Amino acid sequence: MAVEALGSTPRVRVVPWNDPVVRGWVFQIVVVGLVGALAWYLVSNTMDNLARQKIASGFDYLGREAGFEIGDTMIEYSPASTYARAIWVGILNTLRVAVLGIILSTILGTFLGIGRLSPNWLLSKICEWYVEGFRNVPLLLWLFLFYKLISEAFPGPRQAISTLWGSVFLSNRGLYFPVPMADPIHKWMAVALLVGILGAIMQHRWAKKRQEATGQPFPSISAGIGVALGMPIAVWLAAGAPSSMSWPALKGFNFEGGTVIQPEFTALLVGLVLYTSAFVAEIVRSGILALHKGQSEAAAALGLSRGQAMRLVLLPQALRVIVPPMTSQFLNITKNSSLAIAIGYPDLVASINVTINQTGQAIENVLLIMAAYLTVSLSISAFMNWYNKRISLRER
Amino acid sequence: MTDVAPVGERRQLAPPVDDSGALGWIRRNLFSSWANGITTVVLIVAVGWILSWFLEWAVFTANFTAASGSECRAQGACWAIVGEKWRYIFFGSFPYEQHWRPLFAVIAMLAMLILSSDRRMWNWRLIVIWGVGSFITFLLMFGEIHLPLSLFLFVALAVGAVGLILRRNIGAAGEMNAYRALAAIGLAGLVLRIAGILPAWSLAIAPLSYVETNLWGGLPVTLILATYGLVFAFPYGILLALGRRSELPLIKGLCVGFIELIRGVPLISLLIMASVMLPLFLPSGVTFDKFLRAQVAVILFAGAYIAEIIRGGLQSLPKGQFEAADAMGLNYVQKTALIVLPQALRVVIPPLINTFIGFFKDTSLVLIIGIFDFLNTANQALVDPNWAGFPGEIYLFAAFIYFIFCYSMSRYSKRLEIELNRGTRR
Repeated sequence: MAVEALGSTPRVRVVPWNDPVVRGWVFQIVVVGLVGALAWYLVSNTMDNLARQKIASGFDYLGREAGFEIGDTMIEYSPASTYARAIWVGILNTLRVAVLGIILSTILGTFLGIGRLSPNWLLSKICEWYVEGFRNVPLLLWLFLFYKLISEAFPGPRQAISTLWGSVFLSNRGLYFPVPMADPIHKWMAVALLVGILGAIMQHRWAKKRQEATGQPFPSISAGIGVALGMPIAVWLAAGAPSSMSWPALKGFNFEGGTVIQPEFTALLVGLVLYTSAFVAEIVRSGILALHKGQSEAAAALGLSRGQAMRLVLLPQALRVIVPPMTSQFLNITKNSSLAIAIGYPDLVASINVTINQTGQAIENVLLIMAAYLTVSLSISAFMNWYNKRISLRER
Repeated sequence: MTDVAPVGERRQLAPPVDDSGALGWIRRNLFSSWANGITTVVLIVAVGWILSWFLEWAVFTANFTAASGSECRAQGACWAIVGEKWRYIFFGSFPYEQHWRPLFAVIAMLAMLILSSDRRMWNWRLIVIWGVGSFITFLLMFGEIHLPLSLFLFVALAVGAVGLILRRNIGAAGEMNAYRALAAIGLAGLVLRIAGILPAWSLAIAPLSYVETNLWGGLPVTLILATYGLVFAFPYGILLALGRRSELPLIKGLCVGFIELIRGVPLISLLIMASVMLPLFLPSGVTFDKFLRAQVAVILFAGAYIAEIIRGGLQSLPKGQFEAADAMGLNYVQKTALIVLPQALRVVIPPLINTFIGFFKDTSLVLIIGIFDFLNTANQALVDPNWAGFPGEIYLFAAFIYFIFCYSMSRYSKRLEIELNRGTRR
């Protein structure tokens, strides 16, 4: 009886203003309406202002001549190039410093994090003070300090410090060093390098499979490096070892020839790497500390050395804890590289800032900045999520 | 059995050499193995070399008393520049003879922060501390404060409305009537004010001369931007976090979109947006103080980050808490404000302090749009041609001040984390 009554309970009738579903929709419509009204108000104001100040709108300006110099470019660029090209140069510069920064700060931060856990008291204290010192001071201050130190403490080009038998020059204009003259064989060397890397990866897989099957280890890392580097060298030798170099030499007030690492780039990269590695070190340390103590004891009981235990047992497991916060550090490096504008490295924000000042089209340009950073950020998160899934514990 | 000596004749074994005294400590921590010993020696040599070089530069050959930069040349550090410039670095272009005002404003803000760090104050006292502290700070900085009538009316309306919702079915009849009266007075007054029937009265408190915000500089600017950035971003971050956890699809979509958009772009792009786009957004004739624009950008930015932290706290609450609140017949606002938030916020206080440290450092970015925060005044101190060429000294001094602030806050956050977890740790 009772069960039947429960089963056939008629739906409770509620007045519409007490029905949670109706209320929910009314509330949502009101909020979206308010946000929409605010947006409409701002947009209509903007339209008025743009019309009154006679500022053009649209992205036509991208095709016009930029007319400004960029000091440090990875691709061909001159003031006669278009704004689109100038912005592309900026994006490439941002990516260059971000990628290098991510790689270097991961390596340095991992060593610092492991160093903080070292049984050597002195080493762990030094690592601790490094971390505390760098992360408690704004990045921008470090950038200014390094930039001013490079541009004021190093001598001018005429008194440049020259080392390695006069082939490398260090001055406040940057570090000049010789590079090989452009040669068609370089393209084939790059292809050979790619083939070599692919070969190394396949070799590593084969070695892993053999070790799992037979227990016989194979020095796959050194062999892999040998294959990857050997291929391009073999191609170079086969082409008759073309070895003409472009040497830097003092001409007038600056050097010509060779290639240069600009002081702005150096200061930015050094600042980003030193600052971020302090955060990476904390992440690595807490990742290792999160592991059960039995893991390192079991590794020691198996007769592994401390280094082996770290490399083969502890770090692979700690990675699962480390990867998610590491992702946000990688995003931070990318976003923090925008501080370049303060020391004059021509990154994306710097290029766009000049463009805003010249064209007056703030809205389009700010939209471009946001689109570019969102693309990079989302790509990094997507890659790291994929990696995180790959290394995460597979449970049945 | 044979090697146990009879009682009374038992030989006293010497303690193991390894574990006692300073020598034992050194052996255990510095020379436990060959590799360890080599590491120690290399590190001692390296640290000693760097330290001796640094001390030579910073202390032994340093000049503390030079009257101008040219007297300092070709020596070690020139700390005289810090002695010459410290007032500018701390207070910027604030009128020189009035420097006591930003000084006391900084002291008031520090007192406010230190008092708030005491857990015994985490109740109604916080509102009093922040109300009085903020009033003193801005009175000192501006020199005069105008409190318009509509502000009082708005506060009355807000207190009344919040009281009515929060104390519904809980408060006594008299209390509820007080809220009703407050809300009614506030609403009626605001309507009359907007209709133009009430005149634009305002209460002026002006004991000091007025100083506009573009003369502000140095430490007070950094402290104000970071502190009030977080204070205003906090309620709005809570709303964003609640919206992101909401079951209403449109609200959730709006909040997720906003949070991810802000977190995906650098703070600089928001600051540039605030400085070049905000004037375009407003109707013509309405101008917006540059300082306020930067503050708005910092608040927008901070809100998205705070929302994500608070979401973590909300997710850590067991479902039973929500269900129990529903079973008690509390409405959504009561459930959130009385049951959910007090527990969720307790969990996220340490990460919130870490966020505050981050913003304290990140406010240095406002120098890009020409605001004279602490780092920017330090930067400007280098421009003086009489004292050109000593960036290291000034930047090390500024770094030292930043370090003191950030390091003490991070220590506090660590201690607090342990204290707050004491109840839940087994």
